[in-house]
Amino acid sequence: MSKVLMKGNEAIAEAAIACGCRLYFGYPITPQTEVAEYMAKRMPKVGGLCLQAESEIAAINMVLGASAAGARVMTSSSSPGIALKSEGISYLVGSDLPCLILNVQRGGPGLGGIQPAQSDYNLAVKSAGHGDSHMVVYAPSSIQEIVDLTAVAFDVGDRYRVPVMMLADGALGQMMEPVDIESIGTRTPPEKPWAARGHEGRRKKNIINSLYIEPEELERLVMERYERYAKIAAEETRWEEYRMDDAEICVVAYGITARVCKTAVDAARKKGIRAGMFRPITLWPYPSAQLDAACARAGTRRVLVAELNMGQMIDDVRLAINCRLPVEFHGRTGGMLPSPDEILAKIESLDAAEKEGKN
Amino acid sequence: MAELVFGRPKALSDVPLTYCPGCTHGIVHRLVAEAIDQLGIEGKTVGIAPVGCSVFAYNFFECDMVQAPHGRAPAVATGVKRALPDRVVFTYQGDGDLAAIGTAETVHAGARGENITVIFINNAIYGMTGGQMAPTSLPGQVTTTSPYGRDKNIQGSPIRVCEMMATLDGVAYAERVSVDSPKNVLRAKKAILKAFQTQLAGKGFSIVEVLSSCPTQWGKSPSEALEWIRTEMIPYYPLGVYVDRTGGGEA
Repeated sequence: MSKVLMKGNEAIAEAAIACGCRLYFGYPITPQTEVAEYMAKRMPKVGGLCLQAESEIAAINMVLGASAAGARVMTSSSSPGIALKSEGISYLVGSDLPCLILNVQRGGPGLGGIQPAQSDYNLAVKSAGHGDSHMVVYAPSSIQEIVDLTAVAFDVGDRYRVPVMMLADGALGQMMEPVDIESIGTRTPPEKPWAARGHEGRRKKNIINSLYIEPEELERLVMERYERYAKIAAEETRWEEYRMDDAEICVVAYGITARVCKTAVDAARKKGIRAGMFRPITLWPYPSAQLDAACARAGTRRVLVAELNMGQMIDDVRLAINCRLPVEFHGRTGGMLPSPDEILAKIESLDAAEKEGKN
Repeated sequence: MAELVFGRPKALSDVPLTYCPGCTHGIVHRLVAEAIDQLGIEGKTVGIAPVGCSVFAYNFFECDMVQAPHGRAPAVATGVKRALPDRVVFTYQGDGDLAAIGTAETVHAGARGENITVIFINNAIYGMTGGQMAPTSLPGQVTTTSPYGRDKNIQGSPIRVCEMMATLDGVAYAERVSVDSPKNVLRAKKAILKAFQTQLAGKGFSIVEVLSSCPTQWGKSPSEALEWIRTEMIPYYPLGVYVDRTGGGEA
């Protein structure tokens, strides 16, 4: 067990290699280019390959090909590049192919900016690509968690044959923290008898495909996939509760924002406000029942959602608690981060409103 | 005793093809399957199907198959080949797939010298969607989206793919053939075989462009369509080897 100081973008690359990933396809875009640069240096040393594609579109389709061939494979990008990849993501979903896609989010829309944001919650969670489709989406809030979740992500992707997104942001990608990569151990990718690797005359041919002209067949396959999604929701949902035992005010936040909120919750507690935080770690599947139960247990009176966007998660929070509590929002966007004081002020205003009996 | 002298290639699936009567896709499928049989590589081959008329190619070849998004077959093939360098990987693509929406993937797979084989069907039209203008539609050609004839001042000029690909150092072998006559079918067969041999020898990217007919969308009888290949397409798209960096001459 040894800790090293690493950037988030480098830590995920090293973690992927530890997970047995030997193929990386990418395209440069700030603030995630270090992933490709790190892979370019490291992959040849471990018998792997880092290939710079001509576009984000080509990169995700190289991922599709490698995954179809049975390989553990990943790509990474940032918001505008992820939008380009959405065609390939939909085909990966439709072809039941696993892979890891890292999104180091930046501000949008359009070219937006290069500073940290959580601008792609909806893109990742609601509209991964055209058609009825989902990715499993992980939202780490520290670099060690990026490493730990990378191992989980590859395993979950392979187990359920689904693409998985690691939804980070410019802050997590760029900042350095001590991490222990050895902690994830050595992972061996499972056998993939469905892969298109050449049948060697030993079996019937395998077809990797997302086209089904007969509507009955397509409906059946989509429904089968949604049964798998239900199983993922039951087995793979992750979340963290912080000081939630008696939290009258529940702050819901994920990723880097959750760290700011944790500090604010501690500060509120020092002021005698019973605040707590609920942090979804999987954004899809969303820990709806868990959030609802946590608020019910704590006797929560008011909910604050904080994000680095204009309120993309807030409806999922409202749905989780069946709109039975008032839900307020505090968001910064365009690459701006809230300070702990900003969040504290919001918690205090919710507390004051509650004491005054306001709705 | 009767001797069977002609039959279905083993690598061609025993299912009805979905192509229109008189379409030459069937001939090219057969040539690809014959090459796979002759080289004994069916068990180590992975084919990539495109979007377009040949989208169902995954049903027609007996090797493992992957169906790619529109135009992305060379990128998908790159992923398969880089994961499994000892496998034979080929794409089968039409002109809209390869030379319009997938131009970047085609050019860059060639530039990288990806050790894959591309079978490119050029029939100067979008067949599957009902006869729209292709990047290879000829000047003056009437299609549903160039109803007054392709005008180079409006829609530009057709792309000559083999000529373009031949400029790239990574392209080891590029040949344009036609399947309008038995003689040309035999030449096409040799070219397709050589393309696969180029890959097996690790020489790099190989592409065979096959001038092909589309009687349905051209509004011609099958024999008129073959004649149109001869009189209209071949003059614009001359047959021949555009680059051969395999160093070994003919196989």
